[in-house]
Amino acid sequence: MSIWEYANPKKFMQTSGVVLPFLVVLTVAALVTGLVWGFFFTPEDYKQGSTVKIIYIHVPAAMMAINAWAMMLVASLIWLIRRHHVSALAARAAAPIGMVFTLIALITGAFWGQPMWGTWWEWDPRLTSFLVLFLFYLGYIALWEAIENPDAAADLTSVLCMVGSVFAILSRYAVNFWNQGLHQGATLSMDAEENIANVFYVPLLICIAGFILLFLTLVLLRTRTEIRVRRINALMARERMG
Amino acid sequence: MIAILIRDMALAIRAGGGFGLGLAFFLIVTVLVPFGVGPESGVLREIAPGILWVGALLACLLSLDRIFALDYEDGSLDLLATAPVPLEGVVVMKAVAHWVTTGLPLVLAAPVLGVLLNLESGGFTWLVVSLLLGTPALSMIGAFGAALTVGLKRGGLLLSLLVLPLYVPTLIFGALAVTRGAQGMATATPLLMLAGITFACLALLPFAAAAAIRVNLR
Repeated sequence: MSIWEYANPKKFMQTSGVVLPFLVVLTVAALVTGLVWGFFFTPEDYKQGSTVKIIYIHVPAAMMAINAWAMMLVASLIWLIRRHHVSALAARAAAPIGMVFTLIALITGAFWGQPMWGTWWEWDPRLTSFLVLFLFYLGYIALWEAIENPDAAADLTSVLCMVGSVFAILSRYAVNFWNQGLHQGATLSMDAEENIANVFYVPLLICIAGFILLFLTLVLLRTRTEIRVRRINALMARERMG
Repeated sequence: MIAILIRDMALAIRAGGGFGLGLAFFLIVTVLVPFGVGPESGVLREIAPGILWVGALLACLLSLDRIFALDYEDGSLDLLATAPVPLEGVVVMKAVAHWVTTGLPLVLAAPVLGVLLNLESGGFTWLVVSLLLGTPALSMIGAFGAALTVGLKRGGLLLSLLVLPLYVPTLIFGALAVTRGAQGMATATPLLMLAGITFACLALLPFAAAAAIRVNLR
């Protein structure tokens, strides 16, 4: 029993088919609990008022936007090294989800920034690097769509994903030179002396768990779709041959 | 490898297009900006470093798809890939040829256009230095993008979409060096970062680009 068993599309379809319903239930449970708790049962911040509640969507979405790219990077490497098709398809499936999370983070951030900073948009390092991340997602998806041969598309997008990761990190640090930040520091970190207050902390963690589960569910679902599309194409090709 | 460099430069110069086109585009962009923002010399002076860098970057973008596309169409890229020279070396030479025919003229033209935009007199040296350090990175990153899209029918627009986000760090440090130089501040940090990006690109991206070409030639 090893993780590479799931490189077999059939095995992957079987297992993911069993796991998926549980994941859906868990996702809905975590998201409903976290969001309802966060929106209705936490006190308002003494400075930010009720706008603080955007945090329950903004922070998890931003975290997943970055982690989705990291997952795509790992999946791309697995494809390049071991050439498992499921891995390449998982990377392809994750990209639009990551892009939507990036967009959610940007839009909720704008809604938050308007009352707090008095502006919808500010060329702040964090905001700017998220915009750049969005452009990276856009290019990655466009490259997938543009190339017809599925194996060549998987290879080229994997290379782009690796190079893009390096440049995304580089851009993240380059924008620090270019403008001082308006955005607050990290809300959650393992080593920080002072994190967000506990009343907000617990529902936020549940929301983050919910977003992680949501991401996993969507990736599994979309990977299954991609595998099915691949199968249909193969069947149609065989039909034409016969 | 030198032969490839000379061949590519000769092709670029004789076929026209790329050589003069980039320069003309650079000129037009810098001339259009004052029409857009108004003729106040104070405003122009402030935005001149950024405009010159963005203009150079866009002019560089114009001729990127020619790096590999013509060779791909007539089959000489296949020959180069099977030649005893490593494909990585071919990629570097093609990027260098692109830089000599596109980047270098831009560097030389930039001070003249700087006069048009009222660039601070202290900024001219830094403009040339930063462009000299930064434009090779633009050519190399562009060669990588061109390698990714070489097999596509209409890769031009996609190429811009892929390459522009990769240009962000180079643009930031390049324009920052000029802005700081024009205001009489220290320019060492952005210039060092710019040089770092250029050398890292030249050292690492040829491998990624050659891998992409091999996939496209499969």
